[in-house]
Amino acid sequence: MEHMIETKDVSFEYRQYDDNGNVETVRRAVDHVDLYVKPGQFIAILGHNGSGKSTLAKHLNAILLPTEGTVWIDGKDTADQRKLLEIRRTTGMVFQNPDNQIIGSQVGEDVAFGPENLGRESSWIRRKVEESLRAVGMEKYRNKSPNHLSGGQKQRVAIAGTVAMGSRCIVLDEPTAMLDPVGRREVLDIAHRLNREDHTTVILITHYMEEVIDADYIYVMDHGAIAMEGTPREIFSRVERLQQLRLDVPQVTILAHLLKKAGLDIPDGILRPEELVDRLEELKKG
Amino acid sequence: MLREITIGQYYPVESVIHRLDPRVKILGTIGYLISLFVIKGYLGFIFAALFLGVVTKLSGVPVSYMVRGLRAIVVLVAITAVFNLFFVPGETLFTVFGIRATREGLVMAVLMTVRMVLLILGTSLMTFTTTPGNLTDGLERLMRPLEHIKVPVADIAMMMSIALRFIPILQEETVKIMKAQTARGADFDSGGLIKKVKGLVPLLVPLFVSAFRRADDLALAMEARCYSGAVRRTKMEPLVFDRVDYAGLAIMAVYLAAAIALP
Repeated sequence: MEHMIETKDVSFEYRQYDDNGNVETVRRAVDHVDLYVKPGQFIAILGHNGSGKSTLAKHLNAILLPTEGTVWIDGKDTADQRKLLEIRRTTGMVFQNPDNQIIGSQVGEDVAFGPENLGRESSWIRRKVEESLRAVGMEKYRNKSPNHLSGGQKQRVAIAGTVAMGSRCIVLDEPTAMLDPVGRREVLDIAHRLNREDHTTVILITHYMEEVIDADYIYVMDHGAIAMEGTPREIFSRVERLQQLRLDVPQVTILAHLLKKAGLDIPDGILRPEELVDRLEELKKG
Repeated sequence: MLREITIGQYYPVESVIHRLDPRVKILGTIGYLISLFVIKGYLGFIFAALFLGVVTKLSGVPVSYMVRGLRAIVVLVAITAVFNLFFVPGETLFTVFGIRATREGLVMAVLMTVRMVLLILGTSLMTFTTTPGNLTDGLERLMRPLEHIKVPVADIAMMMSIALRFIPILQEETVKIMKAQTARGADFDSGGLIKKVKGLVPLLVPLFVSAFRRADDLALAMEARCYSGAVRRTKMEPLVFDRVDYAGLAIMAVYLAAAIALP
């Protein structure tokens, strides 16, 4: 199957120049990354702060171009200037700070920003705005000012903005880092719903491990490189390695891991409290 | 303190005036301002005041809300009135500390005051009845001819609407920084003028830093959403001129002619 996103041997360097224009320091933020995403997948990229995951994210709609290697979005090379708008339309991005990505002074106006940039006619834009606001459950707020929304609602508007452009892939770059637990839940639910119902490809970039247990596949980044990859169960079964990578492993996973080390017969990679409870009850009976 | 400024704030109600095309309102306001400066006598000012009264009534904006905006200019009006009263040459009315107040000065002072009050009320009525987004759209369309002489009208309009969008955010941020700096011992309230101005440094520096960071983020978000210059953009709600708008323009023209004709 054709890949929605494919990065091959991608590296990116931040260069700092001195006053004479000579390269002073080079910092490699992304280091030889290979990433494969199929259409309709829910992919998570995990990593602590400074692991290079946001820099990688910016490669996925040609905001940054790789220093080395190639990024293909739906078969198009991001370095190809002529395909730029098409690529940006294919992968929508949602950033961390909800306030700094809303452009319109009304919710509907903001969602319309992307479609307006595509130069389409008014009736098409209006229909898209309507549809995408409904898709994120914000249709009642169409004429409201974004300043009166909660953080979670603002992020949902930002997601609607990408949906309205017709994005088939949404890259969420730490969308929940500035939200309260309720807002986090809202945003994740919408991302999963779009993935399930509209088969939108979702790339969730985060450092919260709890948010990735429902992903199809997980990449863990460290020092700009892919340190681990696999299904959630595979990843969560390697507790020590995760802690080494400075990730906050969920308590239930740690507990299961410790119980296993203490000699109980518990499988690796417990993701949810219910799973552990069920297993423990089985053990008690057996 | 920052929230009490009512000049230029949209007052959301349904009315004919609210529904008018922003271009009509902008041109109408300009026409009204011109009328205030060509009117010579009392009769003209009464006519202008009546006209504004009718339009205000139609707009559904409460008079008390409109008048609140005047507080900002009370001092300015008072100073202008006093200057006119004492420094316009003419027949002496009375003398204060050897300075003569004149009859002609009194007339000028009254007219000047009325003119300034109407001027503020007239312009604020436009901003009360037009959303910032509509206002920039209207300005963009009115200034479009300037594109022929290479003025980047669309970009200017985009900048204006972004600025308007960020005013409340930066206001909120200012309050936050003030509180944070007060908690660290900064003093914004006491001392003389110089001390107060100096006191603003710990407020302005973080505010600017954060504004630049926001601008950076916003530029990124705009690019990610396919923005590539304002020129090729289309509009979700393009402005359309209908019969009511033509009627509005006609009424303004008649008003302006009458104001000029009145003695």
